[in-house]
Amino acid sequence: MVAAGIDIGSTGTKAVIFDGEIRASVVVPTGWDPKAAGLEAYRQALECAGIEADEVQSIVGTGYGRVSLPIFDRKVTEITCHARGAHFLYPETRSVIDIGGQDSKVISVDAQGRVAEFAMNDKCAAGTGRFLQVMAGVLDVSLEQLGQLAVGATPVPISSMCAVFAESEVIGLLARGTDKGSIAAGIFHSIAGRIQGLAGKVSLSHRVTFSGGVALNRELCRAIGTSLGVDMCVPQAPQMVGALGAAILGYEA
Amino acid sequence: MSEICAAFDEIAGLREKNAITLKVAKDRGRKVVGTYCLFSPVELIVAAGAIPVSLCGTSPTPIPAAEKVLPRSLCPLIKSSYGFALTDTCPFFHFSDLLLAETTCDGKKKMYELLGEMKPLHLMQLPQVQDEAALEYWVLELKRLIGRLEEAFDVKITPEKLAAAILLLNEERRSLKALQDLQKRKPAPISGMDLLTVLHNRGFTVDKREAIDLIDRLTAELTELSEQGISPFTLKTPRILLTGVPVGIGSDKVVRLVEELGGSVVCFESCGAYKKVDPVQPGKDLLRSIAQKYLRVPCSCMSPNKGRLQLLEELVREFEADGVIDLTWQGCHTYNVESFTVKRHLQETVQVPFLQIETDYSESDTEQLKVRIEAFLELIGTRRGGRP
Repeated sequence: MVAAGIDIGSTGTKAVIFDGEIRASVVVPTGWDPKAAGLEAYRQALECAGIEADEVQSIVGTGYGRVSLPIFDRKVTEITCHARGAHFLYPETRSVIDIGGQDSKVISVDAQGRVAEFAMNDKCAAGTGRFLQVMAGVLDVSLEQLGQLAVGATPVPISSMCAVFAESEVIGLLARGTDKGSIAAGIFHSIAGRIQGLAGKVSLSHRVTFSGGVALNRELCRAIGTSLGVDMCVPQAPQMVGALGAAILGYEA
Repeated sequence: MSEICAAFDEIAGLREKNAITLKVAKDRGRKVVGTYCLFSPVELIVAAGAIPVSLCGTSPTPIPAAEKVLPRSLCPLIKSSYGFALTDTCPFFHFSDLLLAETTCDGKKKMYELLGEMKPLHLMQLPQVQDEAALEYWVLELKRLIGRLEEAFDVKITPEKLAAAILLLNEERRSLKALQDLQKRKPAPISGMDLLTVLHNRGFTVDKREAIDLIDRLTAELTELSEQGISPFTLKTPRILLTGVPVGIGSDKVVRLVEELGGSVVCFESCGAYKKVDPVQPGKDLLRSIAQKYLRVPCSCMSPNKGRLQLLEELVREFEADGVIDLTWQGCHTYNVESFTVKRHLQETVQVPFLQIETDYSESDTEQLKVRIEAFLELIGTRRGGRP
């Protein structure tokens, strides 16, 4: 049995080929055309796994763009997929924090990898990848550089959760000569605080998996782990967890 | 729905028809009292020979107009109600001779101060605790309302008229309960959206007796359809109980999404629906009996509000709900805070999956809500042993 999972997110589109093990795992930018991005990610994943499309018995779609592809056998929300993917990578995990491009979620997972409950940010960019992007833009650095800047720096408090207000706040801080490292660390603390608020709504265990593209930022992972007082399991490719979960759900059905 | 059920069709057209009926009644000298809330003791209005009507407040359309005066962060229900009045786009407000309002939540009572500048408004001071002392006070408030109605409309509210009004409104509650109890059947015979349409439009009826007959006819027709196995759902459809803030047509986004995504809203615990069916238990002192009925409404403006927890627990069992969605409007502090208590109580008792949704009347978060509601339905599916 060969299954594919395609996760069309707001920023990146991910595809995984799974046959009991991960055979291929690919990310492409979503861009303006989620349908084309989904097909392209799938094509690359097949190529990478060295298999033909007709060998795939199940294609499960997830993410915001899941409605846009006709090739899906089934569509499942990213909440269910991240839970399943995290459970595969870390069977002992009971909570998943997923921060993607436009939303953040805290999911509580049972011993079988099923969703027990979840909380999601409200209609606002606070505590999402978008927030980080805007902040990196103000500091004129890449997301990777933002992480490096924060290493060892003392965080300056950034009180605004709103991406627009935080932008003006950071511009103010820069004008006053605050160093970029402290601001970067402050930004991570601000996101960590937001996630902490969200995590208060579901029962959070000590076995937490951090998934979604934002988890690529190790410095942010540390800040969130510290503020929640938990050790975080961060997969090698955290942005792939949703697509992986989708593939597994298809594989198991 | 409409092709197979004549009574539903009739009810779906009620709101427009009733505006005209109301005008005719007004022209013949009938008085009209507009109400906003389940706490309005409608028996007294009926006993005064006036027509009680529900006023509009569930559409996003007049909100921008209201925001010229009211803060944007206020709950959409209050903004919509005020906006309808300000723009004179609610025919029922237009035809009202008197507005009846209660001090329920902070936002409403301050909004009523402004509304009182547009039309005669009688404000009842509602106690926010449900004990004996509060009841004594509430009885006095009912007496004060009787005084106002008698003076404004030059009538006398006699015990006989009061007794007749209690009978009529209990009859209305009986018919509404019977209709909603049909949804205990599996699968539910009518969609949540259709049920909401009926409950919403019924509020604008002028002739209570006629409306009761119409609801009874609908219940009979739906019973027959259900016996024939006709339903928009299957036995597998997740059964959702909706609790929280008032909902109506125009503020139905969550109901619509739940059903578009494959669920069935089988019960509304909200004040336009199941909270409303609790009857007056007539004792020796009729006014006291009416006061008791209204004071025990389990609204989140009461503190504590144990009645809601108990009612929810019962409804989850009776309707065999697979999940509870607690809908709270942005800026509605009482329902938003109480959501925590409700969740904990349901987890400790009936152990049913629970989802709180905080939103407003706009469509701006539809995509986000879809993810949450769909994931919630998936969670219910896997709990029952199915695949997500």
